[in-house]
Amino acid sequence: MVYLTRKLEFSASHLYNNPALSAEENKRIFGKCNNPHGHGHNYTLEVTVAGEPDPVTGMVLDLKELKEILDREITQRMDHRFLNYEVEELKGQIPTCENIARVIWNLLEPKIRKGRLYKVRLYETPELFAECYRNGAQGA
Amino acid sequence: MSDGLKIELGRRYQFSASHRLHSDQLSDEENRRVYGKCNNPYGHGHNYTVEVRVSGNVDPATGMIANLVDLDVFVEREVLEPFDHKLLNAEVAAFRESVPTTENLCKEIYRRLKHFPKAKLECVRVEETSNNAFEYAGEEF
Repeated sequence: MVYLTRKLEFSASHLYNNPALSAEENKRIFGKCNNPHGHGHNYTLEVTVAGEPDPVTGMVLDLKELKEILDREITQRMDHRFLNYEVEELKGQIPTCENIARVIWNLLEPKIRKGRLYKVRLYETPELFAECYRNGAQGA
Repeated sequence: MSDGLKIELGRRYQFSASHRLHSDQLSDEENRRVYGKCNNPYGHGHNYTVEVRVSGNVDPATGMIANLVDLDVFVEREVLEPFDHKLLNAEVAAFRESVPTTENLCKEIYRRLKHFPKAKLECVRVEETSNNAFEYAGEEF
């Protein structure tokens, strides 16, 4: 099995606020991420696909095709957007790194037809990231 | 988890410390041969990066596996405060018994963090320099 990772960056804004909680609770739990005007990050996404290289092309999947999938599903949807208001899949969720990573997984998994999606790692800053993978798949 | 997906939260921290690689079970000559310049009796230092990964259910109310503030406070207390700007051999009890290689450092940090009460510790990665990295995920790994 070969694991191939492609990286991309996008910039977006978000804020953390749960309408079911009081203003004080929101402030206490989310701190400065609760600023109603929102704030932004440069996100870095690493997408790992697992598979066997095709004996004819030597590729797990065509990187060009992966790049197009990532552009269509992620960049166009999230880059220079306000995640809370403009990304349908995140509506009703707090757009934390954990939740965005899961949304990205669910967007990409059905689109990757050669090899299989193995792992998504989303950096919100160089010091903070979330990973999403199928239960039991990690450790290879 | 019902959708079969597992989510981990990863956080990276830095500390700076000195150490000397020297084993009491080896002769001076063997120590020099095995550890080379890391055996310098005066020690030397590194800027270490520690990557901590935890897993758990994402709380629908907060969107979080664990509140970062809780994780930061725990790591600060258990690792950064006792290790930063210290001589690991002399000032961290575990390294009076074992050589403070980054392998052993990684295991010691894992041992200190595995009781984090808010999420399950998955893995500790320690980067001694930008060229050397070590990971430990417990004995079952």
